[in-house]
Amino acid sequence: MNILFLYVIIPAIKGIVILSIVLFLVAYATYIERRVLAFMQARLGPNLAGPQGILQPIADGVKLLAKEDIIPSSSQKFLHFLAPILILVPALVIFGLVPFGDASNLFGLLKNPITLYITDVNVAILLVVGFASLGVYGLILGGWSSNSKYSFIGALRSAAQVVSYEVPQVIAIASVLLLSSSLSLVKIVEAQKEMGLWFIFPGFLAFFIYLVCGIAETNRLPFDLPEAESELVAGYHTEYSGMKFAFFFMGEYANMIVVSSVATVLFLGGWLPPFPSLKIWHSLPQIPVFWFFAKVLLFLFIYIWLRATFPRYRFDQLMDLAWKWLLPLSILNLVLVAFIKWGIK
Amino acid sequence: MLDVQELELNMGPQHPATHGVLRLILKVDGERIIDAKPVIGYLHRGTEKLFENQTYPMNVPHTDRLDYIAAATNNHSYCGAVEKLLGVEVPRRAKFIRVMLDELQRISSHLVWLATHALDIGAMTPFFYTFRERELILDLFEEYCGARLTLNCMTIGGVPEDLPEGWIEKLKEFIEIFEEKIWDYENLLTDNRIWKKRTIGVGVISPEDAINYGLTGPPLRGSGIKYDVRRAIPYEVYPELDFEIPIGKNGDTYDRYLVRMEEMRQSVKILKQCIEKIPDGEIQAKGLKFIKPKPAEVYFSVEAPKGELGFHIISDGSPKPYRVKVRPPSFINLQALPSMVKGHLIADVVAIIGTLDIVLGEIDR
Repeated sequence: MNILFLYVIIPAIKGIVILSIVLFLVAYATYIERRVLAFMQARLGPNLAGPQGILQPIADGVKLLAKEDIIPSSSQKFLHFLAPILILVPALVIFGLVPFGDASNLFGLLKNPITLYITDVNVAILLVVGFASLGVYGLILGGWSSNSKYSFIGALRSAAQVVSYEVPQVIAIASVLLLSSSLSLVKIVEAQKEMGLWFIFPGFLAFFIYLVCGIAETNRLPFDLPEAESELVAGYHTEYSGMKFAFFFMGEYANMIVVSSVATVLFLGGWLPPFPSLKIWHSLPQIPVFWFFAKVLLFLFIYIWLRATFPRYRFDQLMDLAWKWLLPLSILNLVLVAFIKWGIK
Repeated sequence: MLDVQELELNMGPQHPATHGVLRLILKVDGERIIDAKPVIGYLHRGTEKLFENQTYPMNVPHTDRLDYIAAATNNHSYCGAVEKLLGVEVPRRAKFIRVMLDELQRISSHLVWLATHALDIGAMTPFFYTFRERELILDLFEEYCGARLTLNCMTIGGVPEDLPEGWIEKLKEFIEIFEEKIWDYENLLTDNRIWKKRTIGVGVISPEDAINYGLTGPPLRGSGIKYDVRRAIPYEVYPELDFEIPIGKNGDTYDRYLVRMEEMRQSVKILKQCIEKIPDGEIQAKGLKFIKPKPAEVYFSVEAPKGELGFHIISDGSPKPYRVKVRPPSFINLQALPSMVKGHLIADVVAIIGTLDIVLGEIDR
């Protein structure tokens, strides 16, 4: 009974709670994006559905559910159906590994503190990178199975882009692993606690590379070439409609949150407050996941800010950036971090 | 060996970046353009034929629909051509009003160009900033003639209305706001590394080619040729006004961008001079109750925002023109597109369409 409780029921409850939080966040990321973008662009944004438009994501969801699902007659039906799932599901799976907070008894609700993450695997970061790269299958299959030229070009672009940017990204992550000596996300946060310093300070270059690659991997401006609306209409999801389109959309936002969460864990100390060794944090009230979500929202804001500011790269320039700049830079960074670590020892 | 095949990509007539109903048949090798063929005619309304079946004054509103982004210059070119046919001198005050409307229209057209060009290259925000200022110009137009887009703001022999009370003050206010806001756009784009990467060296056209294709307007001046109808074949009061003709050096998309940005500043300069110099007096030439020109043939052109806009009118002595031929700048500038995009990538096609600043309304008349 106890084992059943510990290993089945509690993780199931945690899973449901985290899934609903994440989906809520995904839905409201679209709302935040539209409002913040509108604020930056001297306009209002959605403000009619509910007070300040906060019901807009729900209205959008209902609309997309009620829309006709158009399947092009010349498409590969099964793959066409599979692609949106392949985009969203890996992104959601990653949240099973992300540590949202430390052990907490949730304001005294529980007798024994529980950990605020579903599971901690000792190769978590490897799994995260692996699942994140699974998403590219969704893009390729979605673009290819639609049997449309625009979708096809979008799919080709996304395949090349995601694969290229994964390389410097993983090397940037490797430099963090050198600092933390562990692949477990929880251990990485704890290493930052011991150090009393977020890894962004020793690893700023790695952080920068990770962030650029993360933006490229999630197909956001200035790297949104696979779906560049002025060139390819909508890229790989041109032929999708209704809820399948919504899946692509949710997949994009879920991926944004994944990249933000992983960046938070790796570089900004996860659930830790700034400069965790400071005494002042003990005197303040402890809200379990406050810092984590504050940092994730900061990243989301940066995403939106970039979108409002930059034009789009061209495809060849994008490849140049990945292979000629980010890759050498990330290798240099890895060597530097290794030397520093060796020097300290 | 692998079997390599060129992909034929049909861009348009329904495409977010072809500015209306332009259709491009692209032959691409991967992302690289091998050949491009513009297909036009999706917006053909037979306007030139329509001109032949209506009296001279009745045609003025139809000219609005040619380049619908810049109606005032269309009106101006048509009315100017008919006045040349009749040998009528427009009163001085009307000339100033025409110049002011033209320059406001130039700014508003360039704002639309900047908005869509930046949006095509992926910069979203300039769109909203430029439309905010364009709104002020449209308000000025609305107050002057009641319309915002299809202005019908000139008549043969002058302008239909005198300036309403307080209009000049509002124009001054607009100039003050606009001179400041133009930096907003420049801050977002001019020194932006990605913007420069996307525009420098893209769609280069040499001065010789530009002349041979018959380009006019910013695409010609971007290649370094100082040809502007306002100076080359002066009309109205332009000889009295002090303004520069900005030119580019390399003939690429970035130079054309800089040329148009500078043109907006020069238009503001012209507006300021007009405000000071505008005299009182008549706004309509006398003796034009019934227009029936002698048999003759004229060509009159103005510098529209997109280039030289000319009207060639043949009169057979009746109240209706025998033939009206429009020389729309967009139509002629579009010719250069295939040679400009060859060898570039798909992403550059939209940048080059944007930089040519075409309006399908005047390509398909």
